[in-house]
Amino acid sequence: MKIVVLLKQTPDTETKIKIDASGSAIEHADTKYIINPYDEFAIEEALQTKEKAGGTPEVVIMSFGDDKARELIIKGLAMGGDRGVLISNAGLESADSLTVAKVLAAAIKTEGASLVLCGRQAIDDDNMHVGTMTAELLGWPHVNVVTKLTLTGEKAHVEREVEGGKVEVYDVNLPAVIGAHKSLNTPRYASLPGIMKAKKKPFDAKTPGDFGINAADIKSKIKVVVKSYEYPPAKPAGRLFQGEELEVMADKVVQLLRQEAKVL
Amino acid sequence: MKVLIFVEQRDGKIKSSAFEALTVGARLAGSPSDAAAVLVGADTASLTGQLAGYGVDKVYTISGPDFALYNAMGWAAGVEAAIKDFAPQVLVGVASPMGRDFFPRLAARMDAALLTDVIAVDWKDGALHGTKPMYAGKCRAHLVSQNCNLHMVTIRPNVMPAQKTGSGSASATTLQVASPSAQSKTVEIRKGKSEKADLTEASLIISGGRAMANAENFKILHECADVIGATVGASRAAVDSGYATHDMQVGQTGKTVNPNLYIACGISGSIQHMAGMRTSKVIVAVNTDKDAPIFTIANYGIVGDLFQVVPLLTKKLKELVGH
Repeated sequence: MKIVVLLKQTPDTETKIKIDASGSAIEHADTKYIINPYDEFAIEEALQTKEKAGGTPEVVIMSFGDDKARELIIKGLAMGGDRGVLISNAGLESADSLTVAKVLAAAIKTEGASLVLCGRQAIDDDNMHVGTMTAELLGWPHVNVVTKLTLTGEKAHVEREVEGGKVEVYDVNLPAVIGAHKSLNTPRYASLPGIMKAKKKPFDAKTPGDFGINAADIKSKIKVVVKSYEYPPAKPAGRLFQGEELEVMADKVVQLLRQEAKVL
Repeated sequence: MKVLIFVEQRDGKIKSSAFEALTVGARLAGSPSDAAAVLVGADTASLTGQLAGYGVDKVYTISGPDFALYNAMGWAAGVEAAIKDFAPQVLVGVASPMGRDFFPRLAARMDAALLTDVIAVDWKDGALHGTKPMYAGKCRAHLVSQNCNLHMVTIRPNVMPAQKTGSGSASATTLQVASPSAQSKTVEIRKGKSEKADLTEASLIISGGRAMANAENFKILHECADVIGATVGASRAAVDSGYATHDMQVGQTGKTVNPNLYIACGISGSIQHMAGMRTSKVIVAVNTDKDAPIFTIANYGIVGDLFQVVPLLTKKLKELVGH
C-alpha cells in the first residue's frame, strides 16, 4: 500500500497581499510560505494510517510547484513522510486547477497509490478543485471535507461535514482521494530527530514530462486565467458607540440597523 | 446562448440559493427558451412547478431510488445527462457544500472551465467573466474562461438576489440515468442538530468569541438569535476552548459567511476570523476593548460587556420586531 499526500505552498495567513503595478499579478517577493493548513491534516492522517497498518505503507509527500515547495515537502518528511516528490511547475506557473490536476493524476498513476490524501481546499484561491478533479481524471471516487476516515481492506468508511451540522456517511472503494477537514485529527509537530532525518530521506525532483505530460500542450489548454486583481472596496468608516448608557447605545444600534442599514 | 442551471434540493426542498443561480442563469441566457434547469433527487418531478416564472422553459428531472441520497458521482452523472441533451455553453450552480463537491468532478469530466464562488459574473465575447474573492478576501481576482466548449460557474450564496421575472414555463423533461457508480455509496446523511439556516447561507448571524467564557453562556446569543431568526456562530478561539462546536466556526479554518448582518460578540477580530466574515453586508461588534481590531471593519460598534449589551440588544430587537 502506498499513500500519496498532496501538498500546496500557500502564503502565510498573516501575509499582506500586494497587487503589482500591472494589476494582473500578486507580488510575492516578501511572502512567507507555509504548508496549506488543511494539508497538515492530510499529512497527519497519512501518518496515522501508516502507523495503524504496522508501518508498511509508504507515505509520499507530493507537490506541483516551484523550488519554494521543497522545504515544505521536507517539513512533511520531518513529520514522518517517507519520500518527497516535487514536480516542477516551470513554464506552467499560470496553470489553472484542471491543468494541475492533469499533472498530479499522471504522477499518482505512475506512483500507483492506493490512497491519496489532500487538504479540503487551499487557503490562497479557496477553489476546492484540485483533489476532486484529480480523482475524476483517475476514475476514482473522492470524499471532501472529511472529518472521519476508517480503512478496512479495500474500502474506506468516510464521514463528510456539510451544512447545518449534517454529516454525509460514505463507503468508497480504494483507491480514492480524501480531502481532509480540520476536525479529522490534530497534526503532530516535527521532532528534532525527525527534522534531522528528513534531510536524508529520498527526494525526487521531477517534471511533468517524467509522467508523460507535454507541458506545452497542457499549457495551451488552460481554461481559466486571471485577467486582473483588485482590492475589495473600502468599507465606509463605522460608528463606534462608547461611554453612554448601555441601553441607549443598544437602542441606537438597533434603530440604525432598521433605518440606515435596512437589514432588519 | 444556452445556459443550464443546476437547482439544488435536499429532502425535497429546493435551496433558496438555487433561485439565485436560476436568476443568474436566466440573465446570461437572455431568453427562457435558451435556459434550462436540472434537478436531481429521489422525486424531483413534483418540484418543477416551483421554478415557473424564473426564466427557464425547460426543467430536466433525474429521479429514482438511486438518487435518494446525495453522491458526487451520481449527481455528476445526472447533470452530465442533462448537458448531453441540452448542449449548453454555460452551466450555473451555487458554491454550496454540494455544488463545490461535484462541480469540479464534472468540470474535469467535461474538460470544462470552472469559476468557483464568484460574486459577479457576465458573458462577454464567448467567455465567462467572474469576480472571485481570494486570499481570504484580501483581494479579488477577475477570472476569464477560455479553451473549452462548456463554461461552468458557481455563485456565492446571498450576493446576487433571486428575482422572479414571470417568464419561463418550466416544463418538465424526465431523463433516465443509470444508477451511479458502485465505487462510492452514500450510506446515510445524519441530520444536524440545528433546524436553522446553515452559517454559509444564513442572512443573519450572531457569533461569540473567547469572551463567552463557557458553552452555557452561548444561551444569551441563542436568545437574541431566536428573536430575528439568526444562526449562531463562533470564533476559532471559542471553538478551540470547547465553548462551541466546530460546525459553528466562522473564519479561515471554519466557514466563510456572507450574511446581511453579522453581530460579533466578544470577538477581538483576528485576521483568521475576519477572513471568514469581512464580506458581511453589515457588521455589528460588541467588545469591551475599544481598540479591538473587529471595530475597524464594523459598521456599528458598541464598547461594552457583551453579557450586559447582548440582553439589551435582544430586548430592543424584540420591541422592534414586535414579539
